[in-house]
Amino acid sequence: MTGGASGDVLLRVEAVSKTFGGIAAVNDVSLVVGPGESVGLVGPNGAGKTTLFNCVCGQLRPDRGRIELDGRPLVDMPTFERARLGIGRTYQRVEVFPDMAVRDHLLVAHRARWRTGRLWRDLCNLSKPTTEESSKVDAVLGMVGLGDRADAPVASLGLGSCRLVELARALVADPVVLMADEPSSGLDVHETRELGAVLRQVQRDQGMAMVLVEHDLAMVAEVVDRTVVMNLGEVIAEGDFTSVMADPAVRTAYLGVRG
Amino acid sequence: MEHFLGFAIPGIPYGCTYALVAVGLVLTYQATGVLNFAYGAQAYLSAFVFTYLVQNEHLPVALAFVLSVVVLAPAVGLIFDRLLFRKIAAANVIAKLVTGISMLVGIPAVLAILFTNNNQYNPPSILFNPGVVYFRVAGAPINGIAVTAVVATAVTLVALLVLIRWTSLGLKMRGAVESRRLIELDGISGGRVVASAWAVSGLIAGLAGVLLAPAYGQLQFSDYADLMVAAFAAAAWAVLRSLPVAVLVGVLMGVTVNILQGYLPVGSIWSSAALTSLPFVVLVGALVLVPGMRTLGGAKDPLASVDPPTPPTTATLRAPELDRVIRILWYVLLVVFSVSMLTWMPKIWENVFNAGLAYSVVFLSITLITGMGGQLSLCQATLAGVGAFMAAQLASHLGLNLLIGGLVGAAAAALVAVVLAFASVRLRGLGLALMTIAAALVFDNTVFAEVDTVNGQPINVTSRWVGLGILNPDGRAFFVLALVVLAACVILVLRVRRGSIGRFLAAMQGSSTAASGIGVNLTWMHVLVFGLSGAVAGIGGTLLSINQQSVNPQLFSWSFSLVFVVVVVTTGVRTPEGAIQAGFGYVVLQQLLTYVPSRLGGNSLLIVFFAFGALTYVAHPEGILEFQKRRWTLRFERLLLRGRTTPAPPGPDGGTPAWASGPAVGG
Repeated sequence: MTGGASGDVLLRVEAVSKTFGGIAAVNDVSLVVGPGESVGLVGPNGAGKTTLFNCVCGQLRPDRGRIELDGRPLVDMPTFERARLGIGRTYQRVEVFPDMAVRDHLLVAHRARWRTGRLWRDLCNLSKPTTEESSKVDAVLGMVGLGDRADAPVASLGLGSCRLVELARALVADPVVLMADEPSSGLDVHETRELGAVLRQVQRDQGMAMVLVEHDLAMVAEVVDRTVVMNLGEVIAEGDFTSVMADPAVRTAYLGVRG
Repeated sequence: MEHFLGFAIPGIPYGCTYALVAVGLVLTYQATGVLNFAYGAQAYLSAFVFTYLVQNEHLPVALAFVLSVVVLAPAVGLIFDRLLFRKIAAANVIAKLVTGISMLVGIPAVLAILFTNNNQYNPPSILFNPGVVYFRVAGAPINGIAVTAVVATAVTLVALLVLIRWTSLGLKMRGAVESRRLIELDGISGGRVVASAWAVSGLIAGLAGVLLAPAYGQLQFSDYADLMVAAFAAAAWAVLRSLPVAVLVGVLMGVTVNILQGYLPVGSIWSSAALTSLPFVVLVGALVLVPGMRTLGGAKDPLASVDPPTPPTTATLRAPELDRVIRILWYVLLVVFSVSMLTWMPKIWENVFNAGLAYSVVFLSITLITGMGGQLSLCQATLAGVGAFMAAQLASHLGLNLLIGGLVGAAAAALVAVVLAFASVRLRGLGLALMTIAAALVFDNTVFAEVDTVNGQPINVTSRWVGLGILNPDGRAFFVLALVVLAACVILVLRVRRGSIGRFLAAMQGSSTAASGIGVNLTWMHVLVFGLSGAVAGIGGTLLSINQQSVNPQLFSWSFSLVFVVVVVTTGVRTPEGAIQAGFGYVVLQQLLTYVPSRLGGNSLLIVFFAFGALTYVAHPEGILEFQKRRWTLRFERLLLRGRTTPAPPGPDGGTPAWASGPAVGG
């Protein structure tokens, strides 16, 4: 699946630009992701990958350009509404809720996504986890391999486990597209391999689309269907992983010009 | 035009003091990242000591000035740095605010204890004679106070600009605000840089305080609180960064206040409210319109991630067996207490405990907004007052029973809180604290001062308004009412905390980025928690008024909002338990202090006690009482459950957690 056909587009980013004080972090970038497709977004530091993510998820507002999910324009929509439409996200710098247990992270995400956490339910003491919620939470925790640490406070976990908590928190909301921002950063080789396997599996099982920003190219090669390379705010190459990596422009961007 | 200038020009000296204080605030913020809420108290301290030395010790003005401004003021700045703010350089914005507020509340109380029966009238002027009109501009007489203020401000500002722009100390100060720990990695002694900034800003505070003093016939702390809000407004327009903007806005405000007071009808509510409302309007304008103010205080020290996480509350740590025992003990205590209250309790203590119940309800509103919402509101007493006043109005005009009126009052307080929440929707931390303290001052000076009170006299609550024997002198009916109301409010808070909304709020406090990223509507949560907190405060306010048998504006003044915060923060802001302990602790200590000779300070001593108690917030954000409970519970648990296998609380990947082995942060 290439995702190029207009009738088969889930997430469309069109000519998006974002500048910070005169520096173009993202410059006229276009990108499409088809339903169930997994796209790798790679490039050296400062290429604008996280900025693009922030524009898609709503943490930043692009200066120009359009962003659509399933044909719905996103640019004027606040972050939380985009999340409720099914954009899941993990963060480059881990963003967990330090006062909560692992299980609560997932419960909160589930209720926020489906808007089932209501004040009147709290006041009537009706907000204990339902069996449906509990089984969903347990299933996702099992899938990412956190089943045995479900009730541990997240403050007691290491970085690798926190990344898994983030991933599980995104997955429990059944996202239509998962935006994973450097999920392997700070993990060792073993943990990275496990994480890659989980990503591949959940993406296949749930038919969910995914955009993966990653520096670990081995993981990208294993997980994605298509690779997009960014450098200095612009897309410089696009295609399947091996051909993109053979592209001279990409090699220059990563390794610099000889001489 | 002449008329206009005649009003405008006498405003300039006032504007100069606003400008000076604003400059001091900006300077401290720039060098230390602390918006110094205690600044007004520092200014008051120097003015107080200066006046005391001249009027009571009959020292020459010059010597008194040297002692109170040149020596004392920078020393206070250095003490603040060394003993307080240095230890919390890495703490979050709320911890810094609480520390400043505890000093703002504590210093005037300490002064009231140390200096009794002194003459605070007619504070002298430092340079020129206040009684002499030196010249006239556009018909307006310019006396010694005005000349002194303008000259001293000009000299100070020039000296400061030189310091910041052209000295290496100024450059280092600007580096220190980003991260003191980072400039220390560059080999600069961050401590010394920050200490100099504190000393200089302390000096400015002292100078401003002494300059302002002769403008009023009597030295009163409330004038300095108004001064501080004006300075906050000027500093906010300067985004706590630009000294020239701070000066300009400060002077303009002084001028505008004078013009308004000149043109508005004398003696009307508009005229009396102009002085305090204008700074509020200017401040709110800055908070809403200046983009830089929205993110203020949100920026984190790049090295903040090396700090340990905040510890969990005791209840989540306890083993289930112990939890059961403690819960049973609480129920036993409740039953014994209730039976005592209904049978043998002496009248004095019955009143004390009844007031404790009412205060507990007000304090629960702080548990909601600060403990659960993670926001510091400095107008909880005001919200309580809104509830009480509304109920009293309905009772006196429509004959509505105060118990039903109390619910309407709660709705009114919730409405005010929601309006504040919407106005502050983009603000967090600092901005919100500023907006709420300004709102509290405005209510004090307008609504509470004017509505149905004669010269600020309290409205008496009559038994016709309440019925059910609640105002009976034996107080038993009130006890039952207060207990029921408190129980209802505790259940409300607990259910919200344990339910979805509580989890959303905890998520928001943990990481607002991630919370909105999973679909939590932060705006709605912000408004919701404000509204709930307002409602609970409003109910508490009505209850308190019934208990005191009067609706007294004094009871709901802005300074009480600050005192309430320091009291609850001391006992524990995260749990309803903490609020109840705060309520009872407050009134019981107050009662005990009546047995102490009054020359030792009485109520001031109480405020000092809690003000210094609140300083422990930094090391124990869960409350010092809560911390001690956790320590003792853990010890007790080890004794009780010895020999049995108890799962140790897990630390970072299996190790001992940082919070289990003593103080968590800094101190």
